[in-house]
Amino acid sequence: MGLTDILIKLGLIVIIFLISLVIAMYSTYAERKVAAFLQDRVGPDRAGPWGILQPLADGGKMFLKEEIIPTNANAFLFIAGPSLAILVSCIGTAVIPWGQQLVIGGHVIDLQVADVNVGVLYIFGVVSLGVYGIMIGGWASNNKYSLLGAIRAASQNISYEIAMGLSIIALLMTTGTLSLRHIAEQQTGFWHGHWFTWNVFSQPLGFLIFIICAFAETNRSPFDLPECETELVGGYHTEYSSMKLGFYLFSEYINMFVSGAVMATLYFGGYNFPLMHHIHSPNLVAILGVVVLFAKIFFFIFFFMWVRWTIPRFRYDQLMDLGWKVLIPLSIANIVITGVWITYFK
Amino acid sequence: MSTFYFIAFLSIFFSILVITAKNPVHSILYLILTFATFTVHYILMNAQFVAIVNFIVYMGAILVLFLYTLMLINLNKDSEPQKSNIIKIIGFIAGGCFLVAVVAALKAYQTSQLVVLQNPNLGLVKNLGKILFNEYLLPFEVSSILLLSAMVGAVLLATKEPKTT
Repeated sequence: MGLTDILIKLGLIVIIFLISLVIAMYSTYAERKVAAFLQDRVGPDRAGPWGILQPLADGGKMFLKEEIIPTNANAFLFIAGPSLAILVSCIGTAVIPWGQQLVIGGHVIDLQVADVNVGVLYIFGVVSLGVYGIMIGGWASNNKYSLLGAIRAASQNISYEIAMGLSIIALLMTTGTLSLRHIAEQQTGFWHGHWFTWNVFSQPLGFLIFIICAFAETNRSPFDLPECETELVGGYHTEYSSMKLGFYLFSEYINMFVSGAVMATLYFGGYNFPLMHHIHSPNLVAILGVVVLFAKIFFFIFFFMWVRWTIPRFRYDQLMDLGWKVLIPLSIANIVITGVWITYFK
Repeated sequence: MSTFYFIAFLSIFFSILVITAKNPVHSILYLILTFATFTVHYILMNAQFVAIVNFIVYMGAILVLFLYTLMLINLNKDSEPQKSNIIKIIGFIAGGCFLVAVVAALKAYQTSQLVVLQNPNLGLVKNLGKILFNEYLLPFEVSSILLLSAMVGAVLLATKEPKTT
């Protein structure tokens, strides 16, 4: 690996990091605009034209607010909580294939930071680590509401991880690989032979389970029980102020972005798009692929928001019932059906 | 090799912190770090699948449940109630006996046999799956039945006994 390759990788990492941050920033704006649209309001429109400077104003406010660490809180863990939350949500993007290879002046550029051969499991591991930030922060605040929020987050994540893992197993049975790049390559184009190539058409039930679990894992409404403000004041971030609160809110939006990217890659063809084989310039296909992937991700982010402002929050026992009594049996049934289908029809 | 020694040092360091930490929640957090170093050990041994499964199952699930239970039962008490002297003495003697046993066991096997792997890429998912489902199918299935029975037993213990009246 020469110096140029290392520089290219470094550049790619920095670009992806900046993109995740900018998308997370503008997701806060988009969320308020979508909410306003769904509730027939105007939404933020004062900072800049159509309010597009609103995230900057919010960010500035977050930085300048007073930093409060409660007297009886564990100061180190109180700061470690949000730091861990944002760190874990940022490392998930490392294995996503953003596009096909670009060739510029003889250099082949992989639009993926690391092609780990257990990429799917890596994502899964990052997801399972995500809950520590919330748990540690909630516990270190030394506040009963925070603690309840943290405990809810833990049990919710553990419960939905099982269904999510089982739905991924069914997907892996059809793809036969754990590498996200191979999974994306298998879904090339849109139509092959007599059926769609995208995995969502061979695993519709698996995708449904996966997206429900993604809502639960990112603590998004209707599963935002850890920060349920009608019961727990602010949930795990009740005691947080200034940028530490900002990190928690930010990590939720980055998680949305990452899970959108994962869903697009696993089930919706990643960077592939219909009629891509009719374009003969490989670089053009690669660039269009990146654009298409981001369009899919934005659709998923919009979907997250759409659901948040449409469906009321679950009650806690309903959440557990849905996870253990509906999703897990369904995903096991999905594995069995997939197995039968592979044995007899392939 | 130096990476191994560094990571091994970290493993031992964090495990010592696990037992010396006063606060049980801190103990669990150090245990998480210990398991993180184990993951690095597995990666160094080119066993990527075991590494990532250790990461997901131990760090991501089992220790979350540990933390969960501790947070529920031990609401922010800095230390456990003081144990009586007799318990301390019993613990000391038991620990000493265990140490003697471990030292004796190490003495008995002075020259450890190096295990040479037939296939250095055994740890990759594909090879591991093939070996588990061909050569070691029976032990694999038996252990899965063992886990299943443990699960059924746990559920049975957790459910309340129906009233006999």
